[in-house]
Amino acid sequence: MLKVIKSLTSFVAMVAVLFVFTTETMAAKKSKTLKNTQKKGFVRCGVSQGLPGFSNADASGNWTGVDVDVCRAVAAAVLGDANKVKFTPLSAKERFTALTSGEIDILSRNTTWTLSRDADIGLTFVGVNFYDGQGFMVRKSSGITSTSQFKSGISACTNIGTTTELNMRDFFNSKGISYEPVAFEKADEVVAAYDAGRCDTYTTDKSGLAAQRTKLSNPDDHIVLPETISKEPLGPVVRQGDSVWEDIVRWSLNVMIEAEEYGINSGNADSMKTSENPAIKRLVGAEGELGAAFGLDNDWSLRIIKQVGNYGESYKRNIADTGILPDRGPNQLWTKGGILYVPPAR
Amino acid sequence: MNFKARKIIPQLITVLVVVLIFGFFTFNAQINMDNRGIQFGFGFLTQESSFDVQFSLIDYDGSHSYARAYLVGLLNTLLVAFIGILISTILGVIIGIARLSPNYLIERSAAFYVEFFRNIPLLLQIFFWYFAALRALPLPQDADPMLGVFYLTIKGLYTPSFVWENFDIFLYSIIAVIISIIVIKNYAKKLQENQGKQLPVLYISIGLFIILPLITFLIGGVSLDFEFPVIKQLSTTGFIYEGGLSIPPELIALTLALSLYTATFIAECVRAGIQGISKGQKEAAASIGLTPNQVLKLVIMPQALRIIIPPTTNQYLNLTKNSSLAAAIAYPDLVLVFAGTALMQTGRAIEIVSITMLTYLSISLAISMLMNWYNKKIAIKEK
Repeated sequence: MLKVIKSLTSFVAMVAVLFVFTTETMAAKKSKTLKNTQKKGFVRCGVSQGLPGFSNADASGNWTGVDVDVCRAVAAAVLGDANKVKFTPLSAKERFTALTSGEIDILSRNTTWTLSRDADIGLTFVGVNFYDGQGFMVRKSSGITSTSQFKSGISACTNIGTTTELNMRDFFNSKGISYEPVAFEKADEVVAAYDAGRCDTYTTDKSGLAAQRTKLSNPDDHIVLPETISKEPLGPVVRQGDSVWEDIVRWSLNVMIEAEEYGINSGNADSMKTSENPAIKRLVGAEGELGAAFGLDNDWSLRIIKQVGNYGESYKRNIADTGILPDRGPNQLWTKGGILYVPPAR
Repeated sequence: MNFKARKIIPQLITVLVVVLIFGFFTFNAQINMDNRGIQFGFGFLTQESSFDVQFSLIDYDGSHSYARAYLVGLLNTLLVAFIGILISTILGVIIGIARLSPNYLIERSAAFYVEFFRNIPLLLQIFFWYFAALRALPLPQDADPMLGVFYLTIKGLYTPSFVWENFDIFLYSIIAVIISIIVIKNYAKKLQENQGKQLPVLYISIGLFIILPLITFLIGGVSLDFEFPVIKQLSTTGFIYEGGLSIPPELIALTLALSLYTATFIAECVRAGIQGISKGQKEAAASIGLTPNQVLKLVIMPQALRIIIPPTTNQYLNLTKNSSLAAAIAYPDLVLVFAGTALMQTGRAIEIVSITMLTYLSISLAISMLMNWYNKKIAIKEK
C-alpha cells in the first residue's frame, strides 16, 4: 500500500514537473527573440542617424521620436521598462543587413513598406506608424510654388539607398523633365549640399523634409511644395521567421493607436481600470488575457500606455510640439478624418 | 621517403585548414541565409535598375540593367583613379625634386606641403574640398567666365565641348604621327651610336604633331567646332548651363583631394629614390662634361627609378582604393552606385559585396602587374 502511494506520488510529481516544464518551454519556444531579449535585459532597436521627430539623439544621448517610441513600447511590454532599449543608429544602406544578420531585433527607422522589401529580403513589416509621401523642398526666392514649374536641367539632392531615388525617376520621367540626381550616403551631407546651393531642390519623404528643414542655416527661406509624388507608409520591421516577436511588435504599436482611440493616455491609464467599456478594460489589463498569447503578463499594454503614452501623445511630443509637422494630416485617427485604423485588441 | 613526407605533410595540413575555414564560413552563410529566407543568385544583374545616376561615361538611365549600372560605377571609379594617378605623379615628382632643392624657400615649402597634407585624414580633406569649394564658388548666374568660355560654378565646371566632323581621319593622322615618331627615334638612336650625330627628335616630333593633323583639316575634310555652354533659367533664382561639357563638382573635389594627398607620399618616394643614388654618380657624370639636366636625365633618374617604382605602385593602389570614399560626397563611383543604391534596391548584400571586392582586387592586380612590368623593364640588365 505504502509502496503504491509512494509510486503514485512520484508519478504525480513527475507529471507535474513535466507539465511545468513543457508549458515553460512552449512559451519560450514560441519566440527565440523574446527569450533572448528577456535574457539580455534590453531591446535591440535600429534607428536613423538623426531625423528630428522620428529618431534623434540629444546632447546627452537620449533618443526621442515616434520611431523610438515604438521600440520603447516593446521594451515596456516585454521587459517592464521603456528605457531598457539599446539604440543602434544605422544608415539607409546598413539597416536591412543589420536586421537580417541579427544585430538588432526591431528596425524602426522611417522605413517604407514595399512589396519587394517585404517579400524578397527576409523582412516582415508589422505595421505603419507614419503615413508619409515624397515631396520637394525649394528655395522661396526661386519663385517655384508647384512641381509643375520644374524645368529640364534641375538638380535634385537626395539620399542613396531609399525609395526616393526610384520615385524621383518615375516622377521626372512621367513629366518628361531631364534632371541631375545628386545622391549622398548620409542625410547631413544632403542638407549641407542643398544649403550651399549645389541643388535646386531637395527631395525625400515630406516628414523628412520638414525635419531636415530645421537643420538649414535659414529654414524660413525654404518651402516644401504641396505635391506628394508617392505613397510612403513608414513602419517598424522585424526579421522573418519569428511570428510571436512579430506579433508583439505589431500589437505594441496597435495598442498605442487604439489607446488614443479610446481616450486612454499615460495620465489616466490607471483610473481607466474601472471603466465601464470592456474594450478599455482589456487595453489596461483589467479584463481578458491578452498578454498570454505572446507569453507576456496581462499588464503589458498598461505599461506601454503608462510609460510611453498613446500614439497621439507620442506624435504631439515628438512631431507637433517640435514644430516639424503641427498638422497631423493623414496620421489622424480614422474617427477624426485620418487613416489610422488598427484591428481591435481583443 | 621520410624526408619527403615531412616536407609535404605540413603543407597538406595548411591547405586542409584553409579549405575547412572557407567551407565553414560558406556553410554557415548558407544556413543563415536559408533560415532567413534569403536567396542567393546573380539573376538580379539583368533586371531593370530603375534608378538614375548623376554622372556617367556611357549611355545609362534607369531603364538599363543592374549590370550596366555596375559598369557605370566601375568606369567612374577608373576615371577618378586615372586622373588622380596622373596628377599625383606629376605633382609628386615636382614636390619630391623640390624637397632636394638647394633653394631654402622652395625646399621648406615642399616640406611643409608634404607634412601638412599627409597628416590630415583623407576623408576630412575630401569634405573640405567639397564643402569649402561649394561655399566659395559662385552660383551659375554670378559666375564670371574664365578665358571667356570656362564657367566654374557651384553646380560644376562648364567648358566648351568639341563637335567633330570626320573625327576618324583625324584619329588616323594622330596614329600616323605616333608611329613615325617611334621610327625617327629609333633611327636617331642608331645614327648616334654609329656616327655620333644627334638629331633634334623633340623638334621634329612637335613639328609632325602640328603639321599632319593640320593637313587633315585643310584637305582631309576634318572640321572642329566648339559648343559653348549657354546659361538657362530654371526659376527666378535657379540657373544652369546647357550645352558644352559639364564636370560635376563632386568629381573635381574628389580628384583634387586624392591627388593632393597621394602626391605627398609619391614625393617622399621620389626624394628617397634620388637620395639613394650615391653622390659619386653625380660627380662622375659631371666630370665627363654632362650638363646638370643630362646628369639628372641620363644618370640619376634611370637609377633612382628602380628605387622609386615599387613604393609608388603602393601609392597608386592606395589612391584607387581610397577613391571609394567618393560615396561621402555623392560622386557616383562603384561603391555608391553598385554597393550602395543597387545593393539597397535588390537587398543582395553578399552577391554585390563580393562582386565589388573582386572588382577592386582586379583593378589593384592590374595596376600591380603594369608597374611590375615597367619595373622589370628599367631594372639593371646583367650583360
